[in-house]
Amino acid sequence: MAKFRQKSKGGVPAISTASLPDIVFMLLFFFMVSTTIRETSLKVKVVPPYATEIKKLEKKSLVSYIYIGKPQNAKMYGTAPRIQLNDAFANTSQIREFISSEREKMNEADRNKMSVSLKADGDTDMGIITDVKQELRRASALKLNYSTRSGTRQAIFQNLR
Amino acid sequence: MAKRGLPEVAAAPMADVAFQLLIFFIVSTTLDTDSGIFRKLPPMPETQEQVEQEDIKERNIFVVLVNRENKLLVENEPMDIRNLRAAAKEFIQNPNNLSTLPERIPTEIPYLGVMPVTKYHIISLQNDRGTSYETYIAVQNELTAAYNELRNELATQRFNMKYEDMKDNDPRKEAIDQVYPLKISEAEPRDIGGAS
Repeated sequence: MAKFRQKSKGGVPAISTASLPDIVFMLLFFFMVSTTIRETSLKVKVVPPYATEIKKLEKKSLVSYIYIGKPQNAKMYGTAPRIQLNDAFANTSQIREFISSEREKMNEADRNKMSVSLKADGDTDMGIITDVKQELRRASALKLNYSTRSGTRQAIFQNLR
Repeated sequence: MAKRGLPEVAAAPMADVAFQLLIFFIVSTTLDTDSGIFRKLPPMPETQEQVEQEDIKERNIFVVLVNRENKLLVENEPMDIRNLRAAAKEFIQNPNNLSTLPERIPTEIPYLGVMPVTKYHIISLQNDRGTSYETYIAVQNELTAAYNELRNELATQRFNMKYEDMKDNDPRKEAIDQVYPLKISEAEPRDIGGAS
């Protein structure tokens, strides 16, 4: 016995890695709780414009998203801006249907708190966006959020050129 | 040889497994919180006849036109977007009580007393179909900023507190909102500036 003890005194003791899994699991749980799984894969390119006067969207379950931008696969779908609802391209006439199906998914009590977030690319013309807004009004989804990136006032004006 | 005990489970590969899971979750999820400018759209009029505007006095309306070249026409004069915020602030507040800007009506407001409020003012934002979304948002942002700056000034002056630091259900915040109510009308679409 004495022999063994003498030997182990010589070298530096190895760092125990037994607690490493615990640390990694902790990180894992943090990420699982604090993030949301991407629900839709984007088929359009969306680079939102900058703004300074922004508010955070609060209840994510009450928000429906409409994406507008140029198709990512330009060879297949061309370069004209398109609307994306859920996972597919859509045209303006489908918005009303989309809104009512989103409403169906919500609790009865939450339905009037529903809001729509418009994630549109900065380069889009207002024509398509006005059409979408008119459709939203017809569907009486009146709470609208223009999704933006936060930036300084300088960045906004520089981008306009 | 003595009896062997149960062999210990190797803990080292557990870290590898956990790392793999961790990386999978980092890649497949998003952390970004969506943020933006909030607006309430007006409800769709039931019939065509209702579209016609009610009478709004000329002095109470602030017309911002954005054409397809992304140029601004504010109250019939071309304006650089950098000056829009100041112009909008002056319109909303009418600090010098000019007869060309909205009338100030003394109103009793809780926590603040009697305040001159430009109750009937309206900012009418009209755009062309060819206006870029970027410009539109920049204009919306400047107009919102005008309101926020005015509210902030009042909050600092009266409550020694920033407007954005106030809680949403703070009655003082509601009082300030009453002095400077957000009135931006995104007008019915129409073509201006000759876009086809």
